[in-house]
Amino acid sequence: MPHEIHWGRDFDAALASADGKLVLLDFSAAPF
Amino acid sequence: MYPNPRVVDFITKHLIPVRVHVRENAADFKRLGDRFNAHWTPTTLLIDRSGTERHRIEGFLPVDDYLSQLALGLAKAAFAREDYPAAEHLYRDVVEQFPNTDAAPEGQYWAGVSKYRLTNDPSALKATSQAFHERYQDSTWAKKASVWA
Repeated sequence: MPHEIHWGRDFDAALASADGKLVLLDFSAAPF
Repeated sequence: MYPNPRVVDFITKHLIPVRVHVRENAADFKRLGDRFNAHWTPTTLLIDRSGTERHRIEGFLPVDDYLSQLALGLAKAAFAREDYPAAEHLYRDVVEQFPNTDAAPEGQYWAGVSKYRLTNDPSALKATSQAFHERYQDSTWAKKASVWA
């Protein structure tokens, strides 16, 4: 089981590679 | 909620995570915030490959509630692509896995709708209405299903 989420930064690239999955787009103010 | 191992596991299995930060990625935050009308944090959107928003979570939620909303989003996406068998299964998963969340009565409602869409049999709606006599009687979704009795 992975221990952390590997966040992408490029929404458009993520969408282009989605291939059946949904993109979770997180608008955040949390510390990285 | 993101450090929680169940949340990490769910997102890693089912979703492609992208984060835009209000300060660290200010330009993207503004551009995508305008595009999706998201101007508060935290806001989580589930977006399909066409760029269409399928589900929205605004504000912080405890782990089970957050996971139930993510699961609801997967079900909504299946419904939107008219994959009704998958949608019914995913909506019922929301009810069974997260029975004490706000997502559960919504899942129960839409599982019935999915079955109806698949079968065109109105008894699926009637059964859903009856199910609300057993669980989630006080929910908004019970009121919505009451017309199918």
